[in-house]
Amino acid sequence: MVSSVSTQDATAQPGALPPTKRGLELVMLAFAAIVVTTALVLVELNQPQGLTRSVLYDGAAYLALFSAAHMAVRWLAPYADPLILPCVALLNGLGLVVIHRLDLADETTAASVGNPVPVGNLPHQIAWTALGLGLFVAVLAVVPDHRQLARYGYTCGLVGLGALALPGLLPAALSEVNGAKIWLRFGAFTIQPGEFAKILIMIFVAAFLVTKRDLFTTAGRSMLGMELPRARDLAPLLVAWGLSLAVLVLEKDLGTSLLFFGVVLVLIYVATERASWLVIGLIFFLGGAVVSDLLFRHVQRRVTAWINPFSDYDGAGYQMAQSLFGLGTGGVFGTGLGAGRPDLVPEAHTDFITAAIGEELGFVGLAAVLFTYLLVVMRGMRAGLTVRDTFGKLLAAGLSFAIGLEVFIVVGGVTKLIPLTGLTAPFLAYGGSSLLANYILVALLLRISHAARAPATPSGPRKPVAPLAEARTEMVQRP
Amino acid sequence: MNTPLRRVALAVIGMIVLLLANATYIQVVSAEDYRSDPRNRRVLLDEYSRQRGQIIAGGLPVANSVETGGQLRFLRTYLNGPLYAPVTGYYSLRYGSGGVENAMDTVLNGSDGRLFVRRISDLITGREPNGGNVELTINPAIQKAAYEGLMRKGYTGAVVAIRPSTGEILAMVSTPSYDPNRLSSHDGAVQEAAWNEDTAPKRHSPLTNRAIAATYPPGSTFKLVVTAAALESGRATPDTPLTAAPALQLQGTTTLLHNFADQSCGGGATATLTQALVRSCNTAFAQLATVVGENQLRKQAQALGVGQQGLTIPIPVAPSTVGAIPDVASLEQSGIGQRDVALTPLQNAMIAATIANGGVRMKPQLVRNLLAPDLSVLESFAPEQAGTAMSRFTASQIKDMMVAAENSYRNDGKINGVTIAAKTGTAEHGADPKNTPPHGWYVAFAPADNPKVAIAVVVEDGGDRNLEATGGSLAAPIGRAVIGAALQGGR
Repeated sequence: MVSSVSTQDATAQPGALPPTKRGLELVMLAFAAIVVTTALVLVELNQPQGLTRSVLYDGAAYLALFSAAHMAVRWLAPYADPLILPCVALLNGLGLVVIHRLDLADETTAASVGNPVPVGNLPHQIAWTALGLGLFVAVLAVVPDHRQLARYGYTCGLVGLGALALPGLLPAALSEVNGAKIWLRFGAFTIQPGEFAKILIMIFVAAFLVTKRDLFTTAGRSMLGMELPRARDLAPLLVAWGLSLAVLVLEKDLGTSLLFFGVVLVLIYVATERASWLVIGLIFFLGGAVVSDLLFRHVQRRVTAWINPFSDYDGAGYQMAQSLFGLGTGGVFGTGLGAGRPDLVPEAHTDFITAAIGEELGFVGLAAVLFTYLLVVMRGMRAGLTVRDTFGKLLAAGLSFAIGLEVFIVVGGVTKLIPLTGLTAPFLAYGGSSLLANYILVALLLRISHAARAPATPSGPRKPVAPLAEARTEMVQRP
Repeated sequence: MNTPLRRVALAVIGMIVLLLANATYIQVVSAEDYRSDPRNRRVLLDEYSRQRGQIIAGGLPVANSVETGGQLRFLRTYLNGPLYAPVTGYYSLRYGSGGVENAMDTVLNGSDGRLFVRRISDLITGREPNGGNVELTINPAIQKAAYEGLMRKGYTGAVVAIRPSTGEILAMVSTPSYDPNRLSSHDGAVQEAAWNEDTAPKRHSPLTNRAIAATYPPGSTFKLVVTAAALESGRATPDTPLTAAPALQLQGTTTLLHNFADQSCGGGATATLTQALVRSCNTAFAQLATVVGENQLRKQAQALGVGQQGLTIPIPVAPSTVGAIPDVASLEQSGIGQRDVALTPLQNAMIAATIANGGVRMKPQLVRNLLAPDLSVLESFAPEQAGTAMSRFTASQIKDMMVAAENSYRNDGKINGVTIAAKTGTAEHGADPKNTPPHGWYVAFAPADNPKVAIAVVVEDGGDRNLEATGGSLAAPIGRAVIGAALQGGR
């Protein structure tokens, strides 16, 4: 998939417009709708009350929602990648089904104990999905050319930093939920500014690296067969590292810290084409990891619960152990949607939603979900390879890698490959901020992929390229 | 820039492959460990989500699962809990299971191979999978008579009743009993309170099924085994004269072995074997034991089932034993069922049943039928011979002696028109045997000429009579009541 890049350029000949492949997107969306509706039917069938006609309406509403998004893509980014949106729709839909399934389990539990039936998470998540798709369309409309974003690099960086840091600086009463200070509370309503900061900072880093990349690539000396950067050029990496640690310490958010550092590191690597940055970054990472394991109790607890969740079964290891029991019980083919007990895993609808999928759909279902994510990442990377401008390449690389790394951190944590860090699976898990931010992310990816495949058209003015070109000449003038 | 981008893409593929490999390890390689981990509540919830089969006695469902609508869908309930508890056992979320609940678990929970075809058809037809039912050999009327006999005076003890011709266990009672309903409660606090009470030391461990899990010195009831050994080996006949001395010095010691109340065995210097058994003379049987010899005694005991390891009915039965016999003094003591001889009440009932059955020992069984959820018979248990312990002639001779013995006992609760063959026992035990209330025994079968039931009754620690207690005063009335119930109501 990565290697078949050059053919795209070949088709972009003047006169003959390349196919937009929007039809393929619609077919794939319909396929996703069928899969999701089938999943919903399975859940309902496995409940005592059986199937109701509402399933059909739900499926139709889902298809209508994503068809609207599809129409917006047709209109605003006709050459966008045809597979990313259906993949995202599939993940989002499956997430809705699993959240609905967990709602049903909570209702049954409450009924058996005699508690009032709890308000489910599904209505919220549906609202967030609709809002997310709205934001998706809005981003496509507001950003007709991704290169415009480079102009706002520093603004994005500043706002992103502020958003990332804000919860850590506010009093815990306004920002702490379940031990992590990553929230902003507005009454009953909470958002996670870090999710949005992720994208803003990526825009900033990409724009920054575009203007300064020559600096990183030219200067330095050779050591052990690697071109080492000069010490003072390490500054941006050091800043990123320091910020990650600050997030870890002030906000107790291991996952965001890891994600943030990883993405910045990869962006520097892609911009400079130097593996030495990866090595240095890895050393920084290991140093940070060891130090924080020594210093911070919340990190130690996670590491202990990772190494042997059963040593503190009733305490820190309980959630992990339940997740493993669920995954093991699911086995290869799973218990069947609606027929397992994923509700025994605490936080199954957010951080542990992939454990619920692993239990009820088995290894096969979990693998399918992972491949869907992989497809999104690969299509994003492909847009990065194909797009002509440097900023677009970097941003596409950053956005796609962010999804890949987040999936690795989440699923790796849930399956005991790495310590649990408290990120949520993009599009699958319950959570408004994550969903909104990821729809913005996907809109940007589609925007870049559109630019990559679209023939040179007047819609994307050349103007924004000029400041970038000027920036380069500036650097050449340096002594 | 495209080269590092491709490498990053490859790295993401690598990460996904790593995740898949790890998921394979957890969900395929070590899945079974996680699935069967006792802390994995899924297994339990799954088990509680299916209707567990019934345990049936005499047409009554003595253990049944009823739907609750709760998170644990089915609640295990017991009819007349304490009465049947030694048989049914318990089925507890927290404390596991016991009795038939434990021994027949795979049938009751539906996972047994004999229900395989049924499970397949459940899968195809979408019928809710249920466990199979277990029909017991227990007769409710006899069980009730035995339980009430022991409970009337609050005795600690056990009763076993067997049909001699088939080995079917008609009654199996152990007191004090417990209510398995409390242990199977879905309320953890109720379970815990019940468990703590049932295992408290001062409550005489009601969870122990004394009928099969406890062994007692058999005392004079063991004289039946010695008699059988003597007659079978030809070393004595019913008329063989034995010493009638009131006391006898154990060989190689200065210790005296006394007859009951230090009486002599009848008027003369000697008494016949029959007279010695009827009067239960210790000195005579100590002497007879030396005449029979250790080997013959062991052989006879073994033929009657003593020492058998791994017997299940299908609940596991504690092995009975003759114990170590290092010298002649030990042999003399073992000959009167003391020293290290230790029998379960079931074993003692089996001895009576074997004599009743003309010397052929039947394997004791508690389960008559395995029934499918629709009550159709999956498997029936056929009577099973466990060997011939003595000739029909020997058995008949012993029966005559036992009839004579029964006729010599006090008239407590005798049944008109029924000839009972019996033997009592009053077994000393403890560190200070003369000042510890003895265990009272009564083993019997009736009617003597056409036995329908054989029983063993044991009452621990002198019952309500303290040091004055005897098997005849404590255990015999209960035994006769059980026989009465068996001959009236029992088939």
